[in-house]
Amino acid sequence: MSQTAVSRKTNKPPSPWKPAKPPKKLNNPGAVLSLNGKWGYLFTAPFFVMFLIFGLAPIVYSVYIAFFNWDALGTKEFIGIANFVELVADDRFWNALVNTIDIWLLSTIPMLILSIGLAAILHNPHLRGSTFWRTILLVPNITSVLAIAIVFGQLFGRDFGMVNLIIGSLGFEHIDFIQGTTSSHVAIATMIVWRWTGYNALIFLAAMLAIPGELYESASLDGANKWKQFIYVTLPSLRNTITFVLIVGTIGGLQVFAEPLILGGSYNGGDSGQFSTLTLFLFDQAFVAYKWGYAAAVGIMITVIVAVVSFINFVITRRLTGDSK
Amino acid sequence: MSSVAKVQTKPSINRRPKWQRMGAGGYTLLGLATFLSIFPFYWMFIVASNGTDEISKIPPTLLPGPRFFTVVSNVYEALPQFNQALLNTFYVGTLVAVAQVFFSAIAGFAFAKLNFRGQRFMVLFVILTMMLPSQLGIIPLYILMGEIGFIDSLNALIVPALVTAFGVFWMRQVIDAQVPNELLESASIDGAGVFRAYWSLVLPIIAQSSFVLGLFSFLATWNDFLWPLLVLQSPENFTAQVAVNQLKSSYAIDYALNMGGAFLSTAPLIVLFIFVGRRLVRGVMDGAVKG
Repeated sequence: MSQTAVSRKTNKPPSPWKPAKPPKKLNNPGAVLSLNGKWGYLFTAPFFVMFLIFGLAPIVYSVYIAFFNWDALGTKEFIGIANFVELVADDRFWNALVNTIDIWLLSTIPMLILSIGLAAILHNPHLRGSTFWRTILLVPNITSVLAIAIVFGQLFGRDFGMVNLIIGSLGFEHIDFIQGTTSSHVAIATMIVWRWTGYNALIFLAAMLAIPGELYESASLDGANKWKQFIYVTLPSLRNTITFVLIVGTIGGLQVFAEPLILGGSYNGGDSGQFSTLTLFLFDQAFVAYKWGYAAAVGIMITVIVAVVSFINFVITRRLTGDSK
Repeated sequence: MSSVAKVQTKPSINRRPKWQRMGAGGYTLLGLATFLSIFPFYWMFIVASNGTDEISKIPPTLLPGPRFFTVVSNVYEALPQFNQALLNTFYVGTLVAVAQVFFSAIAGFAFAKLNFRGQRFMVLFVILTMMLPSQLGIIPLYILMGEIGFIDSLNALIVPALVTAFGVFWMRQVIDAQVPNELLESASIDGAGVFRAYWSLVLPIIAQSSFVLGLFSFLATWNDFLWPLLVLQSPENFTAQVAVNQLKSSYAIDYALNMGGAFLSTAPLIVLFIFVGRRLVRGVMDGAVKG
């Protein structure tokens, strides 16, 4: 079938070296026109079918049940926006929101600085063993959050954790990382930074390697030293990459749950909810309290928050890095 | 002065940034980063081979101890089906990786190289899909798994993960960048259909990138934690992560036992990484430029 379709198509242009530009509008400007495009529907169908069933339908259904008093036992009662009204008045929700944003800030900013710094070191053309360093930096990213949370949980332990032994040997009081609010956020942020810094350093390195060498040449002819070259050549060229890393980091960071879940061993995020996060709160409501309608409302709020914060991020990064051009 | 010498001895890197010679400071920082990257793995092994008591001393021991095999047998005693769990994880990971590569590659090929109505809208749709929080539909998905009898079945981990928007988008970028249109044009003029063009021209070119996508899918599946925890119930269906998590919930935290389990569930990945680490690095960096 495909053979006849293609030959019909190839017969139309009079000669191969004079490709006829079809007058009608192209759906895909980069496409190979001599191939029968109809097959595109078949090739993309598995994705769309699977996504429809296991992606889109659950999301739509989630929006639907958010307007119900709906639990695992079979209660289904339409209550309008009552779930959202209750949510806005729920202290646990605001606590989770503040914790999430705090952890996100504590992890994103150091991660960004460290990964750009590491990338700048790796970018040095005189570096020996660059493949080795690059590979090592990716190691944290392949490990499971569970294994790492077990290790970090021990390292941050109150009595015998390595971190507290160092703090103690410097003459300070031991910190109970898990019990404190800010300290538990620091512990969680450390895990996130540990996991993602190397990965993002590679992304920044790739972007740095794509910067034309002429830019550095003319900068050094103008007398710019190493530091000035970094500020005036490297950083502005990373604009899109920083935006990309920030948005991906925001989408992931605002959904953080695995680290606090394993660190605390339950869905409540610590004894007083000191490191409860939005997604953890969703799971707590869905799979501990079995309030599915309420949990669905939390999910919708998370989506709205992710969208808003991503947008603000996008605007701010454009502002901060845009004027240098 | 040194920069003059540098330019004379290494003229080939003239076009690169003329920074000073890589100093000891740079190596120190990289050494520190390496230490921090490796240390948690090392520590996992130290605790697992020494036992909790040895670690709860001041100062704690920093060298491997003699109890590693005792701890391993303790792990197997607490989790009689741990080997089964490792096998399950390997099975699910491999199946998901192969399926993702297959479905993502054909869809990515269509989006990159075929001209059909609605193509642009569909690509936009795929990109928007990637932005949605993955937890948004988790409750209905859980209900759906119950309806089709996938609760406490590995199918619940496999079927929803067969193809993802990320994979499709990634393969589209790869095929767009790596497969020249002229090649496909000349092939189709010689009479090759879409299938043959895909099979004999596109596939060999994207083999490397497909392998990297497969690896990432495998790693993500291996490390997935929450969804398996929700849908799996009986120990013979556990994945490695769920099994290791069981060690925690027994009673007071036994660090040696936990770290032993964590070590055993991570060791296969470390072995795998030794062989494929460089390819993963290339995959991350290739994706970055286009992303």
